[in-house]
Amino acid sequence: MERYYQESIECASREDIRALQSERLVKQIRHVWDNVPYYRKKMEEKGVTPDDIQSVDDLKKLPFLSKADLRNAYPYGLLAVPLSDCVRIQSTSGTTGKRVVAFYTQHDIDLWEECCARAITAAGGTNEDVCQVSYGYGLFTGGPGLNGGSHKVGCLTIPTSSGNTERQIMFIMDLSATILCCTPSYAAYLAESMKEMGYRPEDIPLKAGIFGAEAWSEEMRQDIQKTLGIKAYDIYGLTELSGPGVSFECSAQQGMHVNEDHFIAEVIDPDTGEVLPDGTLGELVFTAIDKEAFPMIRYRTRDICSLTHEKCSCGRTHVRMTKPKGRTDDMLIIRGVNVFPSQIETVLLNHGYAANYQIIVDRVNNTDTLDVQVEMTPEMFTDNVGEITERQKKLVDGLKSMLGIKAKVSLVAPKSITRSEGKAVRVIDRRKI
Amino acid sequence: MSIKQISVFLENRPGKLKEMTAVLAEHHIDMRALSIAETKDFGIARLIVDDAFNAANVLKENGFVSSITKVLAVAIPDEPGGLDKLLSVFADANVNIEYMYAFFGGIGVKEACMIFRVAETKAAETRLAGKGLKILTSEDLAQA
Repeated sequence: MERYYQESIECASREDIRALQSERLVKQIRHVWDNVPYYRKKMEEKGVTPDDIQSVDDLKKLPFLSKADLRNAYPYGLLAVPLSDCVRIQSTSGTTGKRVVAFYTQHDIDLWEECCARAITAAGGTNEDVCQVSYGYGLFTGGPGLNGGSHKVGCLTIPTSSGNTERQIMFIMDLSATILCCTPSYAAYLAESMKEMGYRPEDIPLKAGIFGAEAWSEEMRQDIQKTLGIKAYDIYGLTELSGPGVSFECSAQQGMHVNEDHFIAEVIDPDTGEVLPDGTLGELVFTAIDKEAFPMIRYRTRDICSLTHEKCSCGRTHVRMTKPKGRTDDMLIIRGVNVFPSQIETVLLNHGYAANYQIIVDRVNNTDTLDVQVEMTPEMFTDNVGEITERQKKLVDGLKSMLGIKAKVSLVAPKSITRSEGKAVRVIDRRKI
Repeated sequence: MSIKQISVFLENRPGKLKEMTAVLAEHHIDMRALSIAETKDFGIARLIVDDAFNAANVLKENGFVSSITKVLAVAIPDEPGGLDKLLSVFADANVNIEYMYAFFGGIGVKEACMIFRVAETKAAETRLAGKGLKILTSEDLAQA
Protein backbone atom coordinates (compact mmCIF):
# COMPACT_ATOMS: atom_id res chain seq x y z
CA MET A 1 0.00 0.00 0.00
CA GLU A 2 1.49 3.29 -1.11
CA ARG A 3 2.03 5.95 1.54
CA TYR A 4 2.47 9.65 0.92
CA TYR A 5 3.75 12.31 3.26
CA GLN A 6 1.56 14.97 1.67
CA GLU A 7 -0.90 13.17 -0.60
CA SER A 8 -2.84 16.21 -1.81
CA ILE A 9 0.38 17.76 -3.10
CA GLU A 10 2.19 14.65 -4.28
CA CYS A 11 -0.87 13.39 -6.18
CA ALA A 12 -2.27 16.75 -7.31
CA SER A 13 -3.59 17.07 -10.85
CA ARG A 14 -1.27 18.42 -13.54
CA GLU A 15 -3.51 21.49 -13.88
CA ASP A 16 -3.23 22.26 -10.17
CA ILE A 17 0.55 21.75 -10.24
CA ARG A 18 0.90 24.05 -13.21
CA ALA A 19 -1.25 26.73 -11.64
CA LEU A 20 0.71 26.56 -8.39
CA GLN A 21 4.04 26.68 -10.23
CA SER A 22 2.97 29.66 -12.31
CA GLU A 23 1.71 31.56 -9.26
CA ARG A 24 4.92 30.88 -7.30
CA LEU A 25 7.23 31.55 -10.24
CA VAL A 26 5.74 34.98 -10.83
CA LYS A 27 6.18 35.90 -7.15
CA GLN A 28 9.70 34.46 -7.05
CA ILE A 29 10.93 36.39 -10.07
CA ARG A 30 9.59 39.59 -8.53
CA HIS A 31 11.33 38.66 -5.25
CA VAL A 32 14.66 38.02 -6.99
CA TRP A 33 14.41 41.15 -9.18
CA ASP A 34 13.82 43.29 -6.11
CA ASN A 35 16.48 41.69 -3.89
CA VAL A 36 19.28 40.14 -5.96
CA PRO A 37 21.02 42.83 -8.06
CA TYR A 38 23.33 40.17 -9.53
CA TYR A 39 20.40 38.32 -11.13
CA ARG A 40 18.46 41.48 -11.97
CA LYS A 41 21.48 42.58 -14.05
CA LYS A 42 21.43 39.27 -15.92
CA MET A 43 17.72 39.70 -16.60
CA GLU A 44 18.27 43.25 -17.84
CA GLU A 45 21.07 42.09 -20.13
CA LYS A 46 18.61 39.64 -21.64
CA GLY A 47 15.90 42.28 -21.90
CA VAL A 48 13.54 40.50 -19.48
CA THR A 49 11.55 42.09 -16.64
CA PRO A 50 9.20 40.53 -14.06
CA ASP A 51 6.22 41.71 -16.15
CA ASP A 52 7.35 39.34 -18.92
CA ILE A 53 6.87 36.39 -16.59
CA GLN A 54 3.17 35.49 -16.36
CA SER A 55 3.35 31.68 -16.11
CA VAL A 56 5.67 28.67 -16.31
CA ASP A 57 5.58 29.00 -20.10
CA ASP A 58 7.72 32.13 -19.70
CA LEU A 59 10.44 30.32 -17.76
CA LYS A 60 12.55 29.88 -20.87
CA LYS A 61 12.85 33.66 -21.23
CA LEU A 62 14.93 33.84 -18.07
CA PRO A 63 18.75 33.70 -17.98
CA PHE A 64 20.55 30.68 -16.54
CA LEU A 65 22.61 30.56 -13.39
CA SER A 66 25.64 28.29 -13.17
CA LYS A 67 28.32 27.32 -10.69
CA ALA A 68 30.49 30.08 -12.16
CA ASP A 69 27.87 32.64 -11.09
CA LEU A 70 27.92 31.24 -7.58
CA ARG A 71 31.67 31.59 -7.49
CA ASN A 72 31.48 35.14 -8.82
CA ALA A 73 28.80 36.09 -6.30
CA TYR A 74 30.45 34.35 -3.35
CA PRO A 75 29.50 34.72 -0.54
CA TYR A 76 26.49 37.06 -0.33
CA GLY A 77 25.90 38.07 -3.96
CA LEU A 78 22.86 35.80 -4.44
CA LEU A 79 21.33 36.24 -1.00
CA ALA A 80 17.71 37.41 -1.40
CA VAL A 81 16.75 38.23 2.19
CA PRO A 82 18.41 40.12 5.06
CA LEU A 83 21.04 38.04 6.84
CA SER A 84 19.00 38.43 10.04
CA ASP A 85 16.24 36.31 8.44
CA CYS A 86 18.69 33.49 7.77
CA VAL A 87 19.05 30.72 10.28
CA ARG A 88 21.59 28.45 8.57
CA ILE A 89 24.17 27.98 5.89
CA GLN A 90 25.18 24.72 4.30
CA SER A 91 28.22 24.36 2.10
CA THR A 92 29.15 21.89 -0.62
CA SER A 93 32.20 19.73 -0.83
CA GLY A 94 33.48 21.88 -3.65
CA THR A 95 34.72 19.09 -5.90
CA THR A 96 35.14 21.64 -8.67
CA GLY A 97 36.62 24.93 -7.55
CA LYS A 98 35.35 27.26 -4.83
CA ARG A 99 32.91 26.26 -2.14
CA VAL A 100 29.22 27.00 -2.53
CA VAL A 101 27.58 28.62 0.49
CA ALA A 102 23.78 28.31 0.55
CA PHE A 103 21.56 30.27 2.93
CA TYR A 104 18.28 29.23 4.56
CA THR A 105 15.45 30.98 6.35
CA GLN A 106 13.39 28.83 8.72
CA HIS A 107 10.79 28.54 5.93
CA ASP A 108 13.52 27.18 3.62
CA ILE A 109 14.62 24.65 6.22
CA ASP A 110 11.01 23.51 6.70
CA LEU A 111 10.34 23.02 3.01
CA TRP A 112 13.62 21.16 2.58
CA GLU A 113 12.90 18.83 5.48
CA GLU A 114 9.38 18.28 4.11
CA CYS A 115 10.91 17.12 0.83
CA CYS A 116 13.11 14.67 2.71
CA ALA A 117 10.09 13.49 4.70
CA ARG A 118 8.36 12.72 1.38
CA ALA A 119 11.36 10.64 0.35
CA ILE A 120 11.42 8.67 3.59
CA THR A 121 7.68 8.05 3.38
CA ALA A 122 8.02 6.90 -0.23
CA ALA A 123 10.59 4.37 0.99
CA GLY A 124 7.96 3.02 3.38
CA GLY A 125 9.02 5.01 6.44
CA THR A 126 6.56 5.81 9.23
CA ASN A 127 6.84 6.87 12.87
CA GLU A 128 7.29 3.18 13.72
CA ASP A 129 10.62 3.11 11.92
CA VAL A 130 14.17 3.54 13.19
CA CYS A 131 16.08 5.68 10.73
CA GLN A 132 19.89 5.69 10.81
CA VAL A 133 21.34 8.75 9.13
CA SER A 134 24.88 7.92 8.08
CA TYR A 135 25.34 10.87 5.77
CA GLY A 136 27.85 13.38 7.10
CA TYR A 137 26.41 15.97 9.48
CA GLY A 138 27.70 19.51 9.46
CA LEU A 139 28.22 21.70 6.42
CA PHE A 140 27.30 18.86 4.07
CA THR A 141 23.55 18.74 3.41
CA GLY A 142 23.12 14.96 3.58
CA GLY A 143 22.96 14.59 7.36
CA PRO A 144 20.89 17.67 8.20
CA GLY A 145 18.45 17.01 5.35
CA LEU A 146 17.61 13.41 6.16
CA ASN A 147 17.78 14.14 9.89
CA GLY A 148 15.08 16.79 9.46
CA GLY A 149 13.01 14.56 7.21
CA SER A 150 13.24 11.70 9.66
CA HIS A 151 12.04 13.91 12.49
CA LYS A 152 9.10 15.13 10.42
CA VAL A 153 8.03 11.57 9.65
CA GLY A 154 8.48 10.77 13.33
CA CYS A 155 11.02 7.97 12.96
CA LEU A 156 13.42 7.27 15.78
CA THR A 157 16.44 9.05 14.30
CA ILE A 158 19.95 7.73 14.88
CA PRO A 159 22.35 10.51 13.85
CA THR A 160 25.48 8.38 13.42
CA SER A 161 26.84 10.63 10.62
CA SER A 162 29.49 8.97 8.45
CA GLY A 163 32.38 6.76 9.43
CA ASN A 164 33.11 4.46 12.39
CA THR A 165 31.73 1.45 10.62
CA GLU A 166 31.85 -0.83 13.64
CA ARG A 167 29.65 1.56 15.53
CA GLN A 168 27.26 1.92 12.59
CA ILE A 169 26.80 -1.85 12.47
CA MET A 170 26.39 -2.02 16.24
CA PHE A 171 23.52 0.48 16.11
CA ILE A 172 21.86 -1.19 13.13
CA MET A 173 21.85 -4.52 14.96
CA ASP A 174 21.29 -3.41 18.55
CA LEU A 175 18.58 -0.82 17.88
CA SER A 176 17.10 -2.68 14.89
CA ALA A 177 17.45 0.17 12.43
CA THR A 178 14.94 -0.30 9.62
CA ILE A 179 15.97 2.54 7.32
CA LEU A 180 19.54 3.48 6.36
CA CYS A 181 20.46 6.83 4.79
CA CYS A 182 23.97 7.30 3.40
CA THR A 183 25.96 7.51 0.15
CA PRO A 184 25.67 4.44 -2.09
CA SER A 185 29.42 3.79 -1.92
CA TYR A 186 29.23 3.79 1.88
CA ALA A 187 26.18 1.51 1.76
CA ALA A 188 28.21 -0.88 -0.40
CA TYR A 189 31.06 -0.71 2.11
CA LEU A 190 28.71 -1.34 5.06
CA ALA A 191 27.16 -4.25 3.15
CA GLU A 192 30.62 -5.71 2.48
CA SER A 193 31.64 -5.27 6.14
CA MET A 194 28.47 -6.84 7.47
CA LYS A 195 28.83 -9.76 5.07
CA GLU A 196 32.40 -10.30 6.25
CA MET A 197 31.21 -10.25 9.85
CA GLY A 198 28.93 -13.12 8.94
CA TYR A 199 25.58 -11.29 8.75
CA ARG A 200 23.24 -12.74 6.15
CA PRO A 201 20.54 -10.51 4.65
CA GLU A 202 17.89 -12.19 6.82
CA ASP A 203 19.84 -11.29 9.98
CA ILE A 204 19.84 -7.58 9.17
CA PRO A 205 16.81 -5.57 10.43
CA LEU A 206 17.04 -2.95 7.67
CA LYS A 207 14.18 -2.93 5.18
CA ALA A 208 14.97 0.17 3.11
CA GLY A 209 17.86 2.44 2.19
CA ILE A 210 17.84 5.98 0.86
CA PHE A 211 21.08 6.58 -1.00
CA GLY A 212 22.31 9.61 -2.92
CA ALA A 213 24.89 12.41 -3.19
CA GLU A 214 26.76 10.57 -5.94
CA ALA A 215 25.96 8.76 -9.19
CA TRP A 216 25.44 5.02 -8.77
CA SER A 217 24.55 2.29 -11.25
CA GLU A 218 21.52 -0.01 -11.37
CA GLU A 219 23.94 -2.90 -10.91
CA MET A 220 25.25 -1.37 -7.68
CA ARG A 221 21.68 -1.00 -6.47
CA GLN A 222 20.97 -4.68 -7.09
CA ASP A 223 24.16 -5.64 -5.25
CA ILE A 224 23.33 -3.55 -2.18
CA GLN A 225 19.72 -4.77 -2.13
CA LYS A 226 20.86 -8.37 -2.24
CA THR A 227 23.58 -8.11 0.39
CA LEU A 228 21.62 -6.07 2.93
CA GLY A 229 18.22 -7.58 2.16
CA ILE A 230 16.63 -4.17 1.55
CA LYS A 231 14.94 -2.10 -1.11
CA ALA A 232 17.37 0.69 -2.07
CA TYR A 233 15.88 4.03 -3.10
CA ASP A 234 17.63 6.84 -4.92
CA ILE A 235 17.45 10.44 -3.71
CA TYR A 236 18.74 13.52 -5.45
CA GLY A 237 19.56 17.08 -4.65
CA LEU A 238 22.12 19.87 -4.64
CA THR A 239 23.21 22.25 -1.92
CA GLU A 240 22.32 25.10 -4.25
CA LEU A 241 18.73 23.85 -4.21
CA SER A 242 18.64 22.91 -0.48
CA GLY A 243 20.26 19.49 -0.41
CA PRO A 244 18.84 15.99 -0.82
CA GLY A 245 15.12 15.76 -1.47
CA VAL A 246 14.82 17.83 -4.65
CA SER A 247 13.67 14.54 -6.08
CA PHE A 248 13.24 11.02 -4.72
CA GLU A 249 12.43 7.51 -5.84
CA CYS A 250 9.10 5.82 -5.12
CA SER A 251 8.16 2.15 -4.86
CA ALA A 252 8.17 1.79 -8.65
CA GLN A 253 11.93 2.53 -8.69
CA GLN A 254 11.56 3.93 -12.21
CA GLY A 255 13.02 7.40 -11.85
CA MET A 256 12.75 10.07 -9.17
CA HIS A 257 9.75 12.36 -8.60
CA VAL A 258 10.75 16.02 -8.53
CA ASN A 259 9.00 18.01 -5.80
CA GLU A 260 7.36 20.26 -8.35
CA ASP A 261 5.59 22.49 -5.84
CA HIS A 262 9.07 23.68 -4.85
CA PHE A 263 11.23 23.08 -7.93
CA ILE A 264 10.54 23.41 -11.64
CA ALA A 265 12.65 21.01 -13.70
CA GLU A 266 13.85 21.47 -17.27
CA VAL A 267 16.28 19.54 -19.43
CA ILE A 268 18.36 21.60 -21.85
CA ASP A 269 20.88 21.07 -24.60
CA PRO A 270 24.11 21.97 -22.73
CA ASP A 271 25.58 23.66 -25.82
CA THR A 272 22.62 25.71 -27.09
CA GLY A 273 20.49 26.18 -23.96
CA GLU A 274 17.43 24.98 -25.87
CA VAL A 275 14.80 23.25 -23.74
CA LEU A 276 14.49 19.59 -24.73
CA PRO A 277 11.35 17.46 -24.76
CA ASP A 278 10.55 14.58 -22.41
CA GLY A 279 12.62 11.46 -22.93
CA THR A 280 15.64 13.33 -24.34
CA LEU A 281 18.91 13.30 -22.42
CA GLY A 282 20.32 16.69 -21.57
CA GLU A 283 21.47 18.91 -18.72
CA LEU A 284 19.10 19.18 -15.79
CA VAL A 285 18.08 22.73 -14.85
CA PHE A 286 16.05 23.71 -11.77
CA THR A 287 14.17 26.80 -10.64
CA ALA A 288 13.39 27.06 -6.93
CA ILE A 289 9.99 28.74 -6.68
CA ASP A 290 9.43 28.62 -2.97
CA LYS A 291 12.82 29.16 -1.33
CA GLU A 292 13.36 32.61 0.15
CA ALA A 293 16.99 33.15 1.06
CA PHE A 294 18.95 31.64 -1.80
CA PRO A 295 16.60 31.02 -4.72
CA MET A 296 18.17 29.55 -7.84
CA ILE A 297 16.55 30.53 -11.13
CA ARG A 298 17.25 28.17 -14.05
CA TYR A 299 20.28 26.74 -12.28
CA ARG A 300 22.34 24.45 -14.47
CA THR A 301 23.16 21.37 -12.42
CA ARG A 302 25.65 19.80 -14.89
CA ASP A 303 23.79 16.53 -14.29
CA ILE A 304 22.72 14.59 -17.34
CA CYS A 305 19.32 12.88 -17.42
CA SER A 306 15.86 12.99 -19.02
CA LEU A 307 12.35 13.76 -17.74
CA THR A 308 9.06 11.94 -18.12
CA HIS A 309 5.49 12.94 -17.35
CA GLU A 310 4.16 9.43 -17.90
CA LYS A 311 1.82 8.10 -15.24
CA CYS A 312 3.64 6.42 -12.38
CA SER A 313 2.25 3.30 -10.74
CA CYS A 314 2.79 4.85 -7.30
CA GLY A 315 0.08 7.44 -7.93
CA ARG A 316 2.32 10.49 -7.63
CA THR A 317 1.83 12.98 -10.45
CA HIS A 318 5.05 14.97 -10.15
CA VAL A 319 7.45 14.68 -13.07
CA ARG A 320 10.11 12.01 -12.90
CA MET A 321 13.79 12.35 -13.76
CA THR A 322 16.04 9.44 -14.66
CA LYS A 323 19.03 8.54 -12.51
CA PRO A 324 21.68 11.07 -13.52
CA LYS A 325 24.16 9.39 -15.82
CA GLY A 326 26.91 11.42 -14.25
CA ARG A 327 27.90 15.03 -13.99
CA THR A 328 29.29 16.79 -17.00
CA ASP A 329 32.29 17.25 -14.72
CA ASP A 330 32.44 13.52 -13.80
CA MET A 331 32.83 12.95 -17.44
CA LEU A 332 36.30 12.25 -18.77
CA ILE A 333 37.39 12.77 -22.32
CA ILE A 334 39.83 10.01 -23.20
CA ARG A 335 41.19 9.86 -26.73
CA GLY A 336 38.31 12.11 -27.74
CA VAL A 337 35.64 9.84 -26.29
CA ASN A 338 33.29 10.78 -23.43
CA VAL A 339 33.67 8.34 -20.55
CA PHE A 340 31.67 8.28 -17.30
CA PRO A 341 32.88 6.36 -14.24
CA SER A 342 29.32 5.02 -13.90
CA GLN A 343 29.69 3.23 -17.24
CA ILE A 344 32.82 1.50 -16.00
CA GLU A 345 31.05 0.56 -12.80
CA THR A 346 28.22 -1.06 -14.76
CA VAL A 347 30.65 -3.24 -16.72
CA LEU A 348 32.54 -4.29 -13.59
CA LEU A 349 29.39 -5.33 -11.78
CA ASN A 350 28.06 -7.17 -14.84
CA HIS A 351 31.26 -9.21 -14.88
CA GLY A 352 30.94 -10.22 -11.25
CA TYR A 353 33.42 -7.81 -9.71
CA ALA A 354 32.54 -5.48 -6.83
CA ALA A 355 32.50 -1.72 -7.30
CA ASN A 356 35.91 -1.34 -5.64
CA TYR A 357 37.78 0.32 -8.43
CA GLN A 358 39.82 3.31 -9.44
CA ILE A 359 40.36 4.82 -12.83
CA ILE A 360 43.83 6.09 -13.58
CA VAL A 361 44.03 8.35 -16.59
CA ASP A 362 47.41 9.34 -17.93
CA ARG A 363 49.11 10.54 -21.05
CA VAL A 364 51.95 8.51 -22.55
CA ASN A 365 53.63 9.37 -25.85
CA ASN A 366 50.93 11.95 -26.59
CA THR A 367 48.18 9.36 -26.20
CA ASP A 368 45.64 9.17 -23.37
CA THR A 369 45.77 5.95 -21.42
CA LEU A 370 43.05 4.46 -19.25
CA ASP A 371 43.85 1.96 -16.53
CA VAL A 372 40.94 0.51 -14.58
CA GLN A 373 42.21 -0.91 -11.33
CA VAL A 374 39.79 -3.35 -9.80
CA GLU A 375 40.18 -5.41 -6.67
CA MET A 376 40.33 -9.17 -6.84
CA THR A 377 37.52 -10.72 -4.79
CA PRO A 378 37.16 -14.20 -3.24
CA GLU A 379 34.29 -14.85 -5.66
CA MET A 380 36.36 -14.05 -8.74
CA PHE A 381 39.57 -15.79 -7.65
CA THR A 382 40.48 -19.25 -8.85
CA ASP A 383 43.64 -21.35 -8.81
CA ASN A 384 43.73 -21.19 -12.57
CA VAL A 385 45.93 -18.49 -14.10
CA GLY A 386 44.37 -19.03 -17.51
CA GLU A 387 40.87 -18.52 -16.15
CA ILE A 388 41.76 -15.30 -14.37
CA THR A 389 43.44 -13.84 -17.44
CA GLU A 390 40.50 -14.98 -19.54
CA ARG A 391 38.10 -13.14 -17.23
CA GLN A 392 40.39 -10.13 -17.29
CA LYS A 393 40.27 -10.17 -21.09
CA LYS A 394 36.47 -10.41 -21.02
CA LEU A 395 36.45 -7.34 -18.82
CA VAL A 396 38.66 -5.48 -21.28
CA ASP A 397 36.28 -6.49 -24.07
CA GLY A 398 33.26 -5.47 -22.02
CA LEU A 399 34.78 -2.07 -21.36
CA LYS A 400 35.67 -1.62 -25.03
CA SER A 401 32.11 -2.45 -25.93
CA MET A 402 30.64 0.00 -23.42
CA LEU A 403 33.08 2.88 -23.81
CA GLY A 404 34.28 2.53 -27.37
CA ILE A 405 37.91 2.62 -26.32
CA LYS A 406 40.37 0.02 -25.08
CA ALA A 407 41.26 0.22 -21.41
CA LYS A 408 43.87 -1.65 -19.43
CA VAL A 409 42.50 -3.66 -16.55
CA SER A 410 44.74 -4.16 -13.53
CA LEU A 411 43.75 -6.64 -10.88
CA VAL A 412 44.87 -5.41 -7.51
CA ALA A 413 44.96 -6.78 -4.00
CA PRO A 414 41.78 -6.68 -1.91
CA LYS A 415 41.33 -3.57 0.26
CA SER A 416 44.09 -1.78 -1.59
CA ILE A 417 41.63 0.75 -2.99
CA THR A 418 40.61 3.23 -0.28
CA ARG A 419 37.03 2.92 0.82
CA SER A 420 34.97 6.07 1.06
CA GLU A 421 32.74 7.24 3.87
CA GLY A 422 31.42 10.04 1.74
CA LYS A 423 31.74 10.39 -1.99
CA ALA A 424 34.09 7.86 -3.51
CA VAL A 425 37.13 9.14 -5.41
CA ARG A 426 36.94 7.09 -8.54
CA VAL A 427 39.20 8.97 -10.88
CA ILE A 428 42.84 9.90 -10.73
CA ASP A 429 43.68 12.00 -13.74
CA ARG A 430 47.42 12.39 -14.08
CA ARG A 431 47.37 14.21 -17.35
CA LYS A 432 48.82 17.68 -17.09
CA ILE A 433 46.34 19.76 -19.03
CA MET B 1 44.10 -39.35 -1.11
CA SER B 2 44.50 -35.78 -2.17
CA ILE B 3 46.09 -33.04 -0.09
CA LYS B 4 45.07 -29.41 0.20
CA GLN B 5 47.01 -26.65 -1.49
CA ILE B 6 46.34 -22.98 -0.83
CA SER B 7 46.44 -20.62 -3.80
CA VAL B 8 46.96 -16.94 -2.95
CA PHE B 9 46.43 -13.95 -5.22
CA LEU B 10 49.41 -11.58 -5.28
CA GLU B 11 49.97 -8.43 -7.27
CA ASN B 12 53.14 -8.69 -9.31
CA ARG B 13 54.88 -5.81 -7.52
CA PRO B 14 57.89 -5.62 -5.18
CA GLY B 15 57.00 -6.38 -1.59
CA LYS B 16 53.75 -8.22 -2.25
CA LEU B 17 55.14 -11.72 -1.75
CA LYS B 18 56.91 -10.52 1.39
CA GLU B 19 53.59 -9.27 2.78
CA MET B 20 52.30 -12.81 2.55
CA THR B 21 55.36 -14.50 4.02
CA ALA B 22 55.37 -11.98 6.89
CA VAL B 23 51.81 -12.92 7.81
CA LEU B 24 52.60 -16.63 7.63
CA ALA B 25 55.72 -16.17 9.76
CA GLU B 26 53.81 -14.14 12.35
CA HIS B 27 51.29 -16.93 12.68
CA HIS B 28 53.93 -19.67 12.80
CA ILE B 29 52.71 -21.27 9.61
CA ASP B 30 55.33 -23.42 7.96
CA MET B 31 55.30 -23.72 4.19
CA ARG B 32 56.24 -27.27 3.15
CA ALA B 33 56.18 -26.54 -0.54
CA LEU B 34 55.79 -23.42 -2.64
CA SER B 35 55.43 -22.55 -6.26
CA ILE B 36 54.44 -19.32 -7.94
CA ALA B 37 52.67 -18.95 -11.26
CA GLU B 38 52.96 -15.48 -12.70
CA THR B 39 51.55 -13.19 -15.32
CA LYS B 40 52.73 -9.67 -16.01
CA ASP B 41 50.32 -8.14 -13.50
CA PHE B 42 49.66 -10.76 -10.87
CA GLY B 43 50.78 -14.12 -9.57
CA ILE B 44 49.26 -17.06 -7.81
CA ALA B 45 51.36 -18.43 -4.96
CA ARG B 46 50.63 -22.08 -4.32
CA LEU B 47 51.52 -23.37 -0.89
CA ILE B 48 51.37 -26.66 0.92
CA VAL B 49 51.05 -26.13 4.65
CA ASP B 50 50.19 -28.45 7.54
CA ASP B 51 46.78 -26.93 8.35
CA ALA B 52 45.28 -25.50 5.19
CA PHE B 53 42.03 -24.19 6.72
CA ASN B 54 43.86 -22.36 9.46
CA ALA B 55 46.24 -20.81 6.96
CA ALA B 56 43.33 -19.79 4.71
CA ASN B 57 41.61 -18.07 7.64
CA VAL B 58 44.79 -16.29 8.70
CA LEU B 59 45.35 -15.06 5.16
CA LYS B 60 41.72 -13.93 4.85
CA GLU B 61 41.87 -11.99 8.11
CA ASN B 62 44.97 -10.25 6.79
CA GLY B 63 43.34 -9.14 3.58
CA PHE B 64 44.47 -11.81 1.15
CA VAL B 65 42.26 -13.57 -1.35
CA SER B 66 42.92 -17.30 -1.48
CA SER B 67 41.30 -20.56 -2.37
CA ILE B 68 41.92 -24.21 -1.52
CA THR B 69 42.64 -26.73 -4.25
CA LYS B 70 43.01 -30.49 -4.03
CA VAL B 71 46.32 -31.78 -5.36
CA LEU B 72 48.02 -35.16 -5.46
CA ALA B 73 51.39 -35.71 -3.83
CA VAL B 74 53.39 -38.67 -5.09
CA ALA B 75 56.76 -39.80 -3.78
CA ILE B 76 59.18 -41.22 -6.33
CA PRO B 77 62.78 -42.42 -6.17
CA ASP B 78 65.18 -39.55 -6.74
CA GLU B 79 67.04 -41.08 -9.71
CA PRO B 80 67.09 -40.73 -13.49
CA GLY B 81 63.84 -42.05 -14.96
CA GLY B 82 61.96 -41.63 -11.70
CA LEU B 83 59.47 -39.10 -13.07
CA ASP B 84 59.38 -40.76 -16.49
CA LYS B 85 58.12 -44.03 -14.96
CA LEU B 86 55.51 -42.14 -12.97
CA LEU B 87 54.23 -40.27 -16.02
CA SER B 88 53.80 -43.58 -17.88
CA VAL B 89 51.37 -44.64 -15.19
CA PHE B 90 49.54 -41.35 -15.53
CA ALA B 91 49.35 -41.67 -19.31
CA ASP B 92 48.04 -45.25 -19.11
CA ALA B 93 45.43 -44.19 -16.61
CA ASN B 94 44.47 -41.24 -18.85
CA VAL B 95 45.14 -38.68 -16.15
CA ASN B 96 45.75 -35.19 -17.51
CA ILE B 97 48.17 -32.99 -15.58
CA GLU B 98 47.31 -29.29 -15.38
CA TYR B 99 50.43 -28.23 -13.53
CA MET B 100 53.03 -29.71 -11.22
CA TYR B 101 55.92 -28.78 -9.04
CA ALA B 102 58.42 -30.84 -7.13
CA PHE B 103 60.65 -30.79 -4.10
CA PHE B 104 63.43 -33.20 -3.27
CA GLY B 105 63.47 -35.13 -0.05
CA GLY B 106 66.47 -33.49 1.56
CA ILE B 107 70.17 -34.11 1.92
CA GLY B 108 70.77 -37.88 1.96
CA VAL B 109 67.14 -38.70 1.19
CA LYS B 110 66.80 -40.43 -2.17
CA GLU B 111 63.14 -39.66 -2.60
CA ALA B 112 61.45 -36.68 -4.22
CA CYS B 113 57.88 -35.48 -3.89
CA MET B 114 55.82 -34.47 -6.92
CA ILE B 115 52.77 -32.27 -6.44
CA PHE B 116 50.21 -32.56 -9.23
CA ARG B 117 47.12 -30.64 -10.05
CA VAL B 118 45.04 -32.88 -12.29
CA ALA B 119 41.87 -32.29 -14.26
CA GLU B 120 39.55 -34.51 -12.19
CA THR B 121 41.12 -35.28 -8.84
CA LYS B 122 38.65 -37.94 -7.61
CA ALA B 123 38.63 -39.82 -10.92
CA ALA B 124 42.42 -39.66 -11.07
CA GLU B 125 42.74 -41.06 -7.52
CA THR B 126 40.54 -44.01 -8.49
CA ARG B 127 42.47 -44.71 -11.69
CA LEU B 128 45.88 -44.43 -10.04
CA ALA B 129 44.99 -46.66 -7.08
CA GLY B 130 46.59 -50.07 -7.09
CA LYS B 131 49.21 -49.07 -9.68
CA GLY B 132 52.04 -49.24 -7.19
CA LEU B 133 52.35 -45.50 -6.68
CA LYS B 134 53.37 -44.01 -3.35
CA ILE B 135 50.61 -41.40 -3.01
CA LEU B 136 51.14 -39.28 0.07
CA THR B 137 48.50 -38.07 2.51
CA SER B 138 48.68 -34.88 4.54
CA GLU B 139 49.69 -36.96 7.54
CA ASP B 140 52.63 -38.35 5.57
CA LEU B 141 53.75 -34.86 4.68
CA ALA B 142 53.34 -33.62 8.24
CA GLN B 143 55.74 -36.30 9.44
CA ALA B 144 58.31 -35.73 6.71
